[in-house]
Amino acid sequence: MKRLFALLLMWVAVPIAAQTGLPPAPYADRQLSDPQQEAAARDLMEELRCLKCQSQSIADSNAPMAGDMRSQVRERIAAGETPEEVRSWLIERYGNWVSYNPPIASAVTWPLWIAPILLLLAALWLARGRFRKTKDGE
Amino acid sequence: MNRWLLWLPLVLFGLFFAAVATGLIMPKDNIIESKMVGKPMPDFSLPAAIEQRPALSSADLAKGKPTLLNIFASWCLPCIAEAPQLLELQQAGVEINAIASRDTPEDIANFLNRWGNPYARIGSDTTSRVQLELGSSGVPETFIIDGNGIIVYQHIGDIREEDVPRILKLLEEAK
Repeated sequence: MKRLFALLLMWVAVPIAAQTGLPPAPYADRQLSDPQQEAAARDLMEELRCLKCQSQSIADSNAPMAGDMRSQVRERIAAGETPEEVRSWLIERYGNWVSYNPPIASAVTWPLWIAPILLLLAALWLARGRFRKTKDGE
Repeated sequence: MNRWLLWLPLVLFGLFFAAVATGLIMPKDNIIESKMVGKPMPDFSLPAAIEQRPALSSADLAKGKPTLLNIFASWCLPCIAEAPQLLELQQAGVEINAIASRDTPEDIANFLNRWGNPYARIGSDTTSRVQLELGSSGVPETFIIDGNGIIVYQHIGDIREEDVPRILKLLEEAK
């Protein structure tokens, strides 16, 4: 009985240790009732960067700030905004940094798109020499 | 085979090594500046965070003289560190308004009783809505707003003693 009580106390202690005593934003962890809207919001959340834990998407993060961002995304999409409108609303405030889908036509982010193609071409060019050699050896 | 080509793998390795080494040596810069600097304050209206201070809306931040907008929280340690500097700025005649981030009235009142209350108005932003509008990514952050409600500067992190003269100068310039 004592042990059970201690176990129950530990259960209670978890929320006390949380960062804030506030409940999360309304739609931080609650899905929208329209499955299509929820899917659109979900897809967008996977592509938005958490401001606190910067290597995670807001869909992945447990940070309170990420929860607030998820709620904002869902509320805006429920209000009829398209995912791209929500994304550009955030980019306007935080820059391209906040999106995991960087634009191709931007002075800073175009190498992200071009570099893989260039590397692949370089690899093909290197491999070409190899293939030729084995043929010669036969 | 071209003799110079022999060196290519070494050069590539050198580049790779340089990239990794700089990543290890240079401190990571995680500061995300708001793109709202230079733009007008977005429209917002927040309820009062505590009984002793009035609520805060964007209209309060465009009343002809430059003001500071401080984003703080009772659960934020650096906010304690910057409290003396905020009081110093207030005593220098600066109007400081605040947004309390994800906080409860009791916690805010306790925090201000303990560390001082330099604020004219405090709005309560329980879901970070206004913080996201401002392009702010954490607490504490302080914005300088000119008399027309244009954001002229964003200070990320706690205000240290050495930051105070610069903030006073920027406030003077924003007049």
